[in-house]
Amino acid sequence: MSSPWLRFLSRKLLYAFAVLIGINLATFALFFQVSSPDDMARLQLGGKRVTPDAIAKWKAERGYDRPLYYNANASGYARFTDTLFFDSSLRMFIFDFGRADSGRDIASEIKRRAGPSLALALPSFVVGLGLSISFALGLAFFRASYVDFWGSVACVVLMSISSLFFIVAGQFLFSRLMQLLPVSGFSPAGADAWRFLLLPILIAIIGRLGAETRFHRSIFLEEIGKDYVRTARAKGLGEGSVLFVHVLRNALIPILSASVAIIPLLFMGSLITESFFSIPGLGSYLIEAIGSQDFAIVRAMVFVGSVLYILGLILTDISYSLADPRIRLQ
Amino acid sequence: MKLALLPTDWLMWVVVLVVLFWVWRVRRQALSSQNWQKVFMRPAAMVSGVVLACFVSVALLDSVRWVDADRKGDAALSVLDRALEPLVKARERRYSAPLAYLSFRKESIDRDGQTVRDYPRLKFGGAHLQDPEGQWARDITERSAKALAKGLALVFVIGLALSWLLRKSPYPWRWAFACFSLLLLLAIWAAELSAAYHVLGTDRTGNSVLWIALKSIRTALVIGVLTTLVVLPLALGLGVMAGYFRGWVDEVIQYVYTLLSSIPDVLLIAAAVLLLQVTIDKHPELFATALERSDARLLFLCLILGITAFTGLCRLIRGEAMKLRELEYIQAARAFGVSSFGIITKHIVPNLMHIVLISLVMQFSGFVLAEAVLSYVGVGVDPKTPSFGVMINTARAELAATPVVWWTLVTAFVFMLMLVLSANLFSDAVRDAFDPRARQRQ
Repeated sequence: MSSPWLRFLSRKLLYAFAVLIGINLATFALFFQVSSPDDMARLQLGGKRVTPDAIAKWKAERGYDRPLYYNANASGYARFTDTLFFDSSLRMFIFDFGRADSGRDIASEIKRRAGPSLALALPSFVVGLGLSISFALGLAFFRASYVDFWGSVACVVLMSISSLFFIVAGQFLFSRLMQLLPVSGFSPAGADAWRFLLLPILIAIIGRLGAETRFHRSIFLEEIGKDYVRTARAKGLGEGSVLFVHVLRNALIPILSASVAIIPLLFMGSLITESFFSIPGLGSYLIEAIGSQDFAIVRAMVFVGSVLYILGLILTDISYSLADPRIRLQ
Repeated sequence: MKLALLPTDWLMWVVVLVVLFWVWRVRRQALSSQNWQKVFMRPAAMVSGVVLACFVSVALLDSVRWVDADRKGDAALSVLDRALEPLVKARERRYSAPLAYLSFRKESIDRDGQTVRDYPRLKFGGAHLQDPEGQWARDITERSAKALAKGLALVFVIGLALSWLLRKSPYPWRWAFACFSLLLLLAIWAAELSAAYHVLGTDRTGNSVLWIALKSIRTALVIGVLTTLVVLPLALGLGVMAGYFRGWVDEVIQYVYTLLSSIPDVLLIAAAVLLLQVTIDKHPELFATALERSDARLLFLCLILGITAFTGLCRLIRGEAMKLRELEYIQAARAFGVSSFGIITKHIVPNLMHIVLISLVMQFSGFVLAEAVLSYVGVGVDPKTPSFGVMINTARAELAATPVVWWTLVTAFVFMLMLVLSANLFSDAVRDAFDPRARQRQ
């Protein structure tokens, strides 16, 4: 590790820290604008006839009775440190997420739900990427022919269909009409797990296939127009080896670098697919938390998500400079 | 009669005016009008343009509304509402299949003093038939034939007129005309059969699905257009400023969009929609009618969707502005003492417009699709607003029922596919004509 690397990393980490604080503040402000601690207490305790005492007790147990941003009663730095915002944000940076309003430990819940999320997201990402690159390569090989034309048309049609239709129609077709797969649900391990995962993975792949194939095709076509391809052809290489060796290798650099940003986010799972197939992953965790207005979970999930997002950005920068030494890290 | 436009109506008409003004300007500029000519030389662009124009006209007809003085109640009805009033009045009580004359489910009916379980006749669909079993197929065929004859006659007349008017036109207008004729025939057929049947069936509460689908068009287009309207100034203003001024301005703007893009969109949108709901609940006096309330929610959704979506374009514009500011002609302008404002408005923004145009047109279909997903999750438009997302949401439960109610989903699917597909095809043509890199490739 030379010093530009260190400087790059420390700069990025400092920036990440600033962004994370901003995100915390934004989530905090947004959430408490929507529902005050009193509203949350009423929702959690249930029922309309909740006594003010019960609310006060609920708030005190969870620390919601403190002021949000600025504590006028304290003195010195404690005016800012003895507040709900400071306390809850600071602990996040050591990944101590505390407990959900329902009493469960958030960190262990996240750990438990990461597995199902990955089981859905990883195969659909890898297979989807492989498929779309192969299709795009095929289209580029037959470029400016009927195969290319109709293939591109098919991609546009796929892009134009809302993913909801794939979900609704897929569930109807495979689960209801053919009775092949369960409609939704999840089994943590064993031989049964694939039956629950097959349909969501399939739908996740098909939903993205059109757009990705078109994107990759345009990268391949751009690569084909470059000078080194002309050189390769001029020295007598066949179209097959030009495309599958030279173009593919060079086009993979932008494609894979673009994918690197997504890999950390795979942990977050897919919000929509998970909640429709009732897969107990991180995506459905966030949706449920929004629904039940559980602030602690929302804040923790947003924090984890942003950490992963920033990690993805840093990884992209690094992968670009690894793939192309001309790009210097700044 | 009193004009009662909703905020989104006003905005839609403002957009129409802006687009007209812009068309007028483009016609006087050689380069852009050349590019637009290239767009319309493509049959795919012509066809999708016609489909889009039809959708836009339906949406605009649904955006002029007024209150009648003599009518009871204070609901403002749009031109489309008034045109479709027979459909609304022909409401059934429950589900009925497309073109059916019987209800979809068995009910206990009183027949000759006895109570039997059978499919009751519909109030409206095929009510004129004396002997439905024998007459139904004949009636449908006759009406269809009549619609076809009327439609073909109309198409023939229009076709003759057009081929004389456009005889020297270089554009592939025959494609556009073919597409238009097809749509016209379909519309006439639907109108003819709607006089006695529900062409696309009815939903759970007996409303005509055709009516819901036509009303959904406006919601989809409002989302697409107004979100674009939010994205444009944010992305262009911030992106150009970051790219041109660099330094701390750049840092702050980059910080803001990194922040926004790392918060999950669903959370931002959910929080914003909930926030609005809380405000509405606390101040019911702000909105007089349910229509105004759902309209406010629609507008707010466009706003927040735009805020979550502008980051991509902003980043693109920033990069391009950074490249442009180093070019010689900009340096020359600076050396001549042109102010930063002048450089940005005269030299940088016009040279970015092709990127802006391409990505705005391409994002449009994304917003229409996003509306469906958000309404499905429950943070989209008001559940009472007709929209494709709400339609799909109800279709999900209907598909689980026995026997399957399939027509809501199929209708939403066909309408949405037509809208989004034509938007995508049109944006492809725009990109190919305006993107210098795409031009090189061909």
